[in-house]
Amino acid sequence: MASQPSNESILNNLLIRLGIAGIFLYETIRSLFIPPYSLNLLLKQILFVGARSMLVIIIAGLFVGMVVALQFYDTLVRFGSVSLLGSAVGLSLTRELGPVLTALMVIGRTGSAMCAEIGIMRIENQIDALECMAIDPYRFLISPRILAGVLCVPILTAIFIVVGIFGGYFVGVILFDLSAGSYFQNMNDTVLSRDLLMGFIKSIVFGLLIVWISCEKGFNLHLDKNGAYGSEGVSRITTEAVVIASIAILFSDYLLSALIL
Amino acid sequence: MEDINPKNVLEVSNLNTWYGNKKILSDINLNVSHKEIMVIMGHSGSGKSTLLRYILGLEKTKTGLIRLLDKEVSKLNKKDLYKLRKRIGVAFQNGALFSSMTVRENIELPLHENTELDEKTIHIMTRLKLELMQLSGTESLMPSELSGGMLKRAGLARAVIMDPELLFFDEPSAGLDPITSAHLDNLILQLRDALNMSIIVVTHDLESAFKIADRITVLDKGKIIMVGDKGAIKKSRDARIINMLERRAITNNIDADDYLNRLTRN
Repeated sequence: MASQPSNESILNNLLIRLGIAGIFLYETIRSLFIPPYSLNLLLKQILFVGARSMLVIIIAGLFVGMVVALQFYDTLVRFGSVSLLGSAVGLSLTRELGPVLTALMVIGRTGSAMCAEIGIMRIENQIDALECMAIDPYRFLISPRILAGVLCVPILTAIFIVVGIFGGYFVGVILFDLSAGSYFQNMNDTVLSRDLLMGFIKSIVFGLLIVWISCEKGFNLHLDKNGAYGSEGVSRITTEAVVIASIAILFSDYLLSALIL
Repeated sequence: MEDINPKNVLEVSNLNTWYGNKKILSDINLNVSHKEIMVIMGHSGSGKSTLLRYILGLEKTKTGLIRLLDKEVSKLNKKDLYKLRKRIGVAFQNGALFSSMTVRENIELPLHENTELDEKTIHIMTRLKLELMQLSGTESLMPSELSGGMLKRAGLARAVIMDPELLFFDEPSAGLDPITSAHLDNLILQLRDALNMSIIVVTHDLESAFKIADRITVLDKGKIIMVGDKGAIKKSRDARIINMLERRAITNNIDADDYLNRLTRN
């Protein structure tokens, strides 16, 4: 019977993995400052991370805004405070739901694809080929993705929030006859610049986390000693990347909320 | 240990490597001189590709010395290692082309990234190399549209686009039909003669090895069992080399009781 790994070896492996991920991030940030800078590579990633995620973000934002408004309306009616619907929708979307749900959508659509793409590049020797051509793979592959993530996730979050607010407007104002003026005025009075800043900071951190975790998993596929290296390995690390990135988003969301509030 | 010669483009001495506790390469000593075609042979799992990875600096050595184009690979920092790699070319077994780029974009990549040549010159250089590889007309194709032989030739075109002093070619004939394989062998010879390259080919294809090699290094279980020219290899009385040359399978004399014991052991 195979022996169970001891707690010490699990902790050891975890520390090694964290160390490898830390070195990966350091190398990526370092490579951001190494010329030549390629605008083409960055634009390609912005197209992939940002522009091509737009539709899914708009659809998700619309339905999330609608369901949030529906739930809050049902609750606020019980307390006779329906006029607060705009504030409730605005605050929940800008501070929590917008950044977190956008990040989760980006993980599913973009993070998994990045992880699989880079993992396949690793098993097909394309990353070694870059090294042998004297092209820094961190500069060529990872830093444009990190920059695109940090730039696009806040913009996607803003789009999610705006669409969500109009989803809430549809439910509150059009379906439940709330006054449009009250909906927006209330939101305007309650949502402060601090709330917007919180959402903005969160979305930048989430963008970095998503790309860092997804790319690191694919890039270091060969260092992962838990299983197969080929297609099975790519499938396993893609699943792991999605799970770890999602948990990291939720955990950092709590940390950032606690720090900023 | 082989002699150190200033005309050598590659010198490996006393290289030992491990994967965990398992020794992969033992006491590797190897020299390759200028304009020489050295073929590294051995059956699957003999350590050929691992040796190549160490020579290229893709893995770090802890013992022994690897001197590539007069630079000690393990002592170079990243910047100097990249500087050295601009002087070498590597063609991978599967071509290792980027699937999101066309053939031309793949081949031009090292020139775009490592030189300040203008677009027109880059296009001309690419066309020249494509023609040399008999790949004219494939510029705008994606790698997925190429056959196995074309992929290898495109990979080779990318490897030689910077006119390297030393070329590494991993398994040029693996998975190819004999005619395509023979064509690649001719290309390798042509590259040495036309572009004055030193070439290191890793292969397990006997026919190809004997056609292109100036010298052959035979690896077995991570050890070099012989280095010599084609005649010396053919004359060798080493049973492992004779087995390899006669394509004889390695068979173990099986003790029936021991075999049964091993299979039924908990």
